[in-house]
Amino acid sequence: MHPAFSVVFFTTATGAGYGLLALLGVLAGQGFVPPDFWLGLVGMGLALGLISAGLLSSAGHLGRPERAWRAFSQWRSSWLSREGVASVATFVPTGLFAVGWLFLGRTNGWVAVAGLLAAVGAVATVCTTGMIYASLKPIAQWHSRFTLPGYLIFSAMSGSVLLNALLQGFALGSTIVLTGCVLLTLLGWGWKLANWRYNDRLEIPTNANTATGLAGGTVRSLEWPHTEENYLLKEMGFRIARKHKARLRQITQVLAFALPVLLLIAAFALPWPYAAVLSALATSAQFAGMLVERWLFFAEAKHTVTLYYGR
Amino acid sequence: MTCLPAHTDKKLGLVIDLDTCVGCQACVTACKEWNTGGHMAPLTDIDPYGGDADGVWLNRVHSYEHMTEMGGRTVNFPRSCLHCETPACVTVCPTGASYKRASDGIVLVDEDKCIGCKLCSWACPYGAREFDTDVGVMKKCTLCVDRIYNDNLAEEDRVPACVAACPTSARHFGDLGDPASAISQLVAERGGVDLMPELGYHPTNKYLPPRAHTPRAASVPAPRLEPLRVEGGFLGWVDRMLSH
Repeated sequence: MHPAFSVVFFTTATGAGYGLLALLGVLAGQGFVPPDFWLGLVGMGLALGLISAGLLSSAGHLGRPERAWRAFSQWRSSWLSREGVASVATFVPTGLFAVGWLFLGRTNGWVAVAGLLAAVGAVATVCTTGMIYASLKPIAQWHSRFTLPGYLIFSAMSGSVLLNALLQGFALGSTIVLTGCVLLTLLGWGWKLANWRYNDRLEIPTNANTATGLAGGTVRSLEWPHTEENYLLKEMGFRIARKHKARLRQITQVLAFALPVLLLIAAFALPWPYAAVLSALATSAQFAGMLVERWLFFAEAKHTVTLYYGR
Repeated sequence: MTCLPAHTDKKLGLVIDLDTCVGCQACVTACKEWNTGGHMAPLTDIDPYGGDADGVWLNRVHSYEHMTEMGGRTVNFPRSCLHCETPACVTVCPTGASYKRASDGIVLVDEDKCIGCKLCSWACPYGAREFDTDVGVMKKCTLCVDRIYNDNLAEEDRVPACVAACPTSARHFGDLGDPASAISQLVAERGGVDLMPELGYHPTNKYLPPRAHTPRAASVPAPRLEPLRVEGGFLGWVDRMLSH
């Protein structure tokens, strides 16, 4: 599958944004994070900024973005429509939560309830994003039990690393949050490795024989119907060289998992502001690493239409 | 709604005979000609005479080499929308632009509602949908919905353009939901198959596999050449000298 940058950025940014929003909604409402104005402004600004930038980026990949409002109508059958509804619905409790925190200076009572609802909405939205990919049968690498949990784990992981950097920046760092984001990053690493291992051993029943209805023997493409690449090949016939795949997997592991874990462990030992700097570096490295991971998620996915082209 | 109809009165579709298709591309050009002015118009071409030609086509003909223990053969393979009974391209559509008609089972796109998210083309395992980058919406086979019910056309012309154009009658059109229809009986007689049945899309269109090889087939090669007889005389001498 062609890794369109708008979609790669969209899923990575909203994943981190919704992860941070869910954590802020729960932790601030429970009094774990103080209702400080500047902390709220930067934290909610980061979460909403990432979410909004991601959503705008995804709208930018549409052929007719001016009709995007129509996408809220088919929630009964379409995960993409459900994603649209969930993302917009989540803005309501998120807005109330932000108003309570920033302008009323409180995160208890009804503001805490709004925070919890925002967290529920954030998790639901990430689920719908994951299901868009997990529900596509023609792409075996996505239509697997790894996809939906993967989106949730990576959202929690990047959200928690972002939350840690935020708290460290305000000298509010805690070993519990640090421990949480190290464990979530290790979980994400393990999940990605297991997912790659699964994909590398994947054997799908669909092949050139079933695609053409020609039973038995071998079916080899002699001639394409066209001389140049068409929409199908540009959108779904994307290929990366094997050596690049291995190299990109290494880059993902270093940037998204190994480096953040090392930086976060170092942050345990060092005082403010060094711990804050390391936490910010961990966040940046992980975001870059997750962009590579999401690029690979598309580039390594093989659509059944490529069988018709002998690819 | 992009929810699928529980039942369609008819299952209109195509049956494609891989035994008789000669890969002439007449169905491809007839489809393009009709549909670039029809329901899905326009079927945009980008840089059609340049080195990087691209464009929207609703029907494409591939050529394959099928090797079995019986030997090899070339199979020409037209590929277009199969108007599936459970088309995921419809259910994934977020806007309701894609729909399957309850009356005849045809899968269509309402181009005024399409936002060009391309998700339907990802959901189709057969590559039946092509995005028109110029108009920003998705295009697909309409089963020539603007021909088959068109009272302005003569009765015999009320078939999809590809079927009308086929010079070897490799393409058949009819109601595959009616077991008594000629097209259903053709499928039963020739053992018509679904493409990628394991994915569970239940395509309406069927493909008739090439007939089995038969030892009774006539032998058609030209007679073997006789070995050249060595002649005497001057030409014989030249032949002997050159053969050294």
